[in-house]
Amino acid sequence: MGERFPGRKHGQRRLIAIAGAVLVAAGALTACGSDSGTTINLYLAPEESFQKVVDKCNAQAGNRYNIVFHKLPRDADGQREQMVRRLAAGDTEVDLLGLDVTSVPEFAEAKWIVEWTGANKQQASEGVLPGPQATATWNGKLYAATKNTNVQLLWYDAALLKQANVAVPTTFDEMIAAAQKLKSMNLPYQVLLHGAQYEGMLVHYNSAVASANGKVISDDGKSVVMDAGAVKGLEVLKKLATAGVTSPSLDNAKEENVQKGFEAAGSQAAFELNWPYVYASIQKNNPERAKNFQYARYPGVNPGQPSRTAIGGFNLAVSAHSKHQAEAFDAALCLRSKESQKYSALADAFAPTIESIYTDESPMDIGGKTKTMREAYPMKEKLLEELKDPAVRPLTPAYQNVSTVLQTHLAPFSDIDLPGVVEKLRKELADALQSKGVLP
Amino acid sequence: MSETGELLTQNAVGAEAAVRKAGGKRELSEGKKAERKLGLWLCAPAALVMLAVTGWPIIYSIWLSLQRYDLRFPDQQAFVGLENYVTVLGSPYWWQAFGITMMLTVVSVAIELVLGMTLALIMHRTLVGRGLVRTVALIPYGIVTVVAAFSWRYAWQSETGYLADLFAGQTDPLVNFWSSMGIITLAEVWKTTPFMALLLMAGLALVPDDLLKAAQMDGASAWQRFVKVMLPVMKPAILVALLFRTLDAFRIFDNIFVLTQGSQGRSSVSIQAYNNLIKGLNLGIGSTMSVLIFITVAIIAFIFVKLFGTAAPGSDEEGRR
Repeated sequence: MGERFPGRKHGQRRLIAIAGAVLVAAGALTACGSDSGTTINLYLAPEESFQKVVDKCNAQAGNRYNIVFHKLPRDADGQREQMVRRLAAGDTEVDLLGLDVTSVPEFAEAKWIVEWTGANKQQASEGVLPGPQATATWNGKLYAATKNTNVQLLWYDAALLKQANVAVPTTFDEMIAAAQKLKSMNLPYQVLLHGAQYEGMLVHYNSAVASANGKVISDDGKSVVMDAGAVKGLEVLKKLATAGVTSPSLDNAKEENVQKGFEAAGSQAAFELNWPYVYASIQKNNPERAKNFQYARYPGVNPGQPSRTAIGGFNLAVSAHSKHQAEAFDAALCLRSKESQKYSALADAFAPTIESIYTDESPMDIGGKTKTMREAYPMKEKLLEELKDPAVRPLTPAYQNVSTVLQTHLAPFSDIDLPGVVEKLRKELADALQSKGVLP
Repeated sequence: MSETGELLTQNAVGAEAAVRKAGGKRELSEGKKAERKLGLWLCAPAALVMLAVTGWPIIYSIWLSLQRYDLRFPDQQAFVGLENYVTVLGSPYWWQAFGITMMLTVVSVAIELVLGMTLALIMHRTLVGRGLVRTVALIPYGIVTVVAAFSWRYAWQSETGYLADLFAGQTDPLVNFWSSMGIITLAEVWKTTPFMALLLMAGLALVPDDLLKAAQMDGASAWQRFVKVMLPVMKPAILVALLFRTLDAFRIFDNIFVLTQGSQGRSSVSIQAYNNLIKGLNLGIGSTMSVLIFITVAIIAFIFVKLFGTAAPGSDEEGRR
C-alpha cells in the first residue's frame, strides 16, 4: 500500500514521529511530577473516592509534598505483581505501597519496605484493632500502617427463611440444612460463595480452619502444622460444595460473580458469603430484594462456638527505595488517619481499622450529602464483633507459595481429595515455606 | 525468540554455503570485495543488536537457572549447579504441564492443518470476491489473542455466556477439565487456522495447473490429484507451516491464562514458568523452566529441520540438508 501512496506513507511516518515525541514529552512531564517539588507516588488498588482523601492530604501537606495516586489492578495477584516488579528492579519512583494484608511479611523479608519506628509507629498503632494490626507486623516489628480492614458476613434473604420457617444458620452444617429445606420447598436455595482458584477462595478455608480451632502454618510462619482443625476445614468446604446447594458456577466464581448472582433477576440464591460492600450494591441494583437482605455472623464450624473469620484489607508501607521516606511516612499517616478512614468507610464502604470510628456517630459530609456510620454500616456491630475475634491468614514471607499450593489442592472444593490431600499438603507446604520446589 | 534464532542460524548456514560456492568458482574482483565488506559493516549493527537482545537474555537465564535465587530471600542467593534442573525435572507438576502442553500442541496443530488446508483450498479456488474472502478468513488472526480469549471466556461462562447457555446446561464448561481443554483448543484453532491457511495457500500457488490438468487427463480422481500431486509439491510449505505452528503452540500462554488461569492442573509450561518467575519470584526455578522450554523448542525445530527436511522460507536448497 505504501508503494501506491508514497505521500500518505510519508505523512503517516511524520504522524508516528509526532505521536512518539508527544509520548516522550508526556512521560517526562509526569516524571517531573508536581510543581512544588516532592512527589509521593502511591500505588494502591482502585477505590472510587480515595482520590478525595488524597486531595485532602495534599491540601494539608501544603508545599511539603504532593501525593500522586497510581491505581493498581483490582485483583490481589495483579496488584502484588506490579508492585513486586517495580520493587525488585529498585524503582525509586515508588514511595508508598498499598499492600494486601497477606503481603507484609513477604515485602518486609525481601527488604522492600522499611520499619515504622518512634512517633510514626505510635501514631500508626493508636486505637487500631489487634487483628488488622497483626497483619501489619512481622517478626515483632511494625512494617505498615493499617488503612482499612474487611471481614465477610453471611448474607441471606430473610423473607425466604421466614417462608420456610428456618432459623438464621450459625454453622456451615445449619446453612446446608437450611438450603436443602428451601430446595425441597422449590424456593430459591443456593449458597453463593467465591470458589474460583484464586487467593479469595482461601478466605473461606482460613475462616473454616480458624473456626475449627485449627492451624495450617505455625504462628512464626516457619513450619507446617496442618492439624485436625485444618483437616476439618477441608471437610467442611467439601461437604458444602457436594451438598447440592451451591451454584454451578461456584468453581469459577469470584466476589463480584457472587454479588451479581444474588442480585440477578430470577436468582436462585438464598445465602451469600461475601464482604460488606454487597450491602450498598444490592440497594442500588436490586432494591426489591434489598428489602429482605439481612446479615449474620459468618457461619462457624462447631455448634455453639462463634466463627472466626479471615480478615482482608490494606496496609500502607513505605518503600525502601523511596528517596522521600520521611514525607512518605507523613503521607501514609494522613491517608489512614481517623478522618480519612471514616471518609473511606462512609464513601466507599471500606471498614476502618481504628475501633473508635465504629462508635462515632457524628455525621460527615460525603459529596454534598451528610452520612453517619449507622447509615453506611447498619451491620457495624456485627463487623466489629467479628473483627475483635478474627482469623489472620498465615503470616509468612512465602505466602504466595503457600497460597498457590493450597489453591491447587482446594480447587474445586467439591473435588478435595480427602484424606489423601492432607499428606500432600504437609509435604508441599513445607517446601513452599522455604520457597523450594516447583509452584504448580 | 528462539524461533527467530533458529531461522537466523539457518539463514546464516545458507548464506555461508552460498559464499563458499561463490568463492570456489572464481576470485572476486576488488570492487566486489569492497562491496561485500561494506555489506558486512552495514549488517553489523543489526547483528549486534540481535545478539544483545536475544543472546544476552539466553545466557543470563542459563546463568540464573544455576542459582538458588528467590527475590524474597535475597540473603540465600547461592550457586547450586544443576539442583534446579533436578527439582523441576523431578516435579510431577512440571511433567503434568508438559503433558498438557504437548497434548494441546498436537491436537490443535492437527486440527489446524486440516481446517487450514480446507480454507486454503477455498481461498485458492474462489472465483468471485477473492479479496473479500481472504480478508474475512484472516479476521480471527488479526484480533489480539487476549481480546479473543476474553470473548471466548464470556461466551462460555455459565449463567452469563451464550455458548454456555446453548451447550453446557447446568455445569460450568470452564471448570470441567475436558470441556475447558476443548475450549482452549477451540480458541487456539479459531485464532490460528487463518495463519495456517495463509502459509498453505502460498504452497498451493506452487502447484502448477498444468500438472493437475495432466493428472486429470490420466484419469486421476480429485482425491488422487490432491494426495498424489498437490501434497508432494506442497510438502515444503506444509512443513514450514507445521513447524511455525508447533513452535508457537508449544509456548501457548494467553488463551490458557485468560480462560482458566491454568487452574486445576491445566497449566502449560509457559504458565508454570510465569507462575514461578513472576508470581513466585523464584528466578532460579523460573529460569530453569524457561531454559527447558527453550531446549524443547530447539529439539522440535531440530526434528523438523533435520528429519523432515523443513527449509526456512527464503533459504535455498542448501538450507535443508
